[in-house]
Amino acid sequence: MNKKPAHELLSLLKNKKVSAVEIVKSTYEQIEKHEKEISAYVTLTKELALKQAKAVDEGKRSGPLAGIPIAVKDNMCTKGILTTCSSKILHNYLPPYNATIVEKLEAAGAITIGKTNLDEFAMGSSTENSAIKTTKNPWNLNCVPGGSSGGSAAAVAADETVLALGSDTGGSIRQPASFCGIVGMKPTYGRVSRYGLVAFASSLDQIGPMTKDVRDCAILLNVLSGYDEKDSTSAKLEAPDYTKALIDDVKNLTVGIIDELMGEGVEGSTKEAIEKAVKLLESKGAKVKKVSLPHLKYSVATYYLIAPAEASSNLGRYDGVKYGLRSKEAKDLITMYKNTRAEGFGPEVKRRILLGTYALSAGYYDAYYLKALKVRTLIKEDFEKAFKDCDVLISPTSPIPAFKIGEKANDPLSMYLSDIATIPVNLAGLPAISIPCGFANGLPIGLQIIGKAFDEETILKAAYTYEQNTNWHKEKAEIR
Amino acid sequence: MKINIDQVANLARLNLTEEEKKLYGEQLSNILDHAEELQKLNTDKVAPTSHAIPMKNVFREDKAIPCKNTKDIMANAPEEQDHMFKVPRIIEE
Repeated sequence: MNKKPAHELLSLLKNKKVSAVEIVKSTYEQIEKHEKEISAYVTLTKELALKQAKAVDEGKRSGPLAGIPIAVKDNMCTKGILTTCSSKILHNYLPPYNATIVEKLEAAGAITIGKTNLDEFAMGSSTENSAIKTTKNPWNLNCVPGGSSGGSAAAVAADETVLALGSDTGGSIRQPASFCGIVGMKPTYGRVSRYGLVAFASSLDQIGPMTKDVRDCAILLNVLSGYDEKDSTSAKLEAPDYTKALIDDVKNLTVGIIDELMGEGVEGSTKEAIEKAVKLLESKGAKVKKVSLPHLKYSVATYYLIAPAEASSNLGRYDGVKYGLRSKEAKDLITMYKNTRAEGFGPEVKRRILLGTYALSAGYYDAYYLKALKVRTLIKEDFEKAFKDCDVLISPTSPIPAFKIGEKANDPLSMYLSDIATIPVNLAGLPAISIPCGFANGLPIGLQIIGKAFDEETILKAAYTYEQNTNWHKEKAEIR
Repeated sequence: MKINIDQVANLARLNLTEEEKKLYGEQLSNILDHAEELQKLNTDKVAPTSHAIPMKNVFREDKAIPCKNTKDIMANAPEEQDHMFKVPRIIEE
């Protein structure tokens, strides 16, 4: 039961072919079987989940996701349930409130299975930066699941949940979705409320769905989307019914292939898989053209100034005063701050705080931070130009498939450079999806489809068409 | 690129060991050297983008509402006294 996508389970539930308790029980059976190897979860909420499932079966809990298991990334606040951000500094944090999206899941009747592992404070591309555990890729336990939403991606791929939530600042939904062979979407900046999402880089962060197929992605996006007065950056726009965009038809669509993301550094099978995907869309009637975004090559440098700058400011709140860890070495206030932060943060978080602090400090602000904001404009304009005569843009989600655990751990710059295809999308605030499109040595490859701002529908339409005419999304990892 | 790591660490309120200072100092230099490529671009006439999606500041009515979860909030306090967060002495006697 836990292996089926949500839309199939919903119709089985509706026809009383299965109960919510059965679904939840089979999900936990899978967790008991594989979690030791996968390590996707930081916290499991079995008791609560079974109670909620019982309420669904008794007709006391309803909604568009009633009875469907979901895993929530551990940087989203859940009232009274540990929310650690996989960091020592929040190891004991019990949020006094729910994130808006958690309230929405509650209202939709979804069943929270647990909180998933991430790179500490969502900073990383492999979950190796988690202070709690490293999640393994269900397709190959020696490989990383990607990150930072690696726990969520692995949980979906290993059928340890049906749906999951991730957050994406520079690719943290799409890259792990790609590495684990599932669907992951970063909606347009402002589409989904971030109230209760622990902030990393506020001009880039966005919450989105991680699912087994494109239909589930649309169903979950329906629940998540919409204006929230508690998030002043959320967009005052009516959210459409995304399931209406699930049409197997790409005639009249113009698809642009991003030239800069198909060249040097892209692994062979990955490039081939993307070219095949494009041919398929073309055979279905899409018009295909090459597009050039000349400033894309500056996006990693731009991102790694802007994101750490925002992070250094956002993470200033972890001072040992109101919640979380407080150092015992605290004879005066400043010493308490410095020791608490030294003991509580891991290496990558420290590195980014230092980098951001430096980029914002007197004498360097103009040369680094302001310069990066200006280049951000150029990158955004590149996309605007490309979208003048394209409906969607296509690239690999990641230039390489999942890498080995430990392979890039000592070389932060090389880890950063592998985010080249996902980062520009965050800088431009655009929506994008990653869907499975093939394998390289048994490891999944992801196809990235980027859309215009607030046009998730065209992305879903193109993704759905591709999926309907391929079987990659039906492949299951053999965990061993 | 040479960085005064002591000064940056102080601004960031982070205690670093000598080993960390050396490691982060080198790694930051590498990353900043990579960022140097941005200087090649002429951006004299380019406006900065702080948010990709255009937005205006949002105001709400300045209305007091009761805070109902103070107990849950205070339960997270590392140290508490009389319903207040307790910190080391700030002002000398």
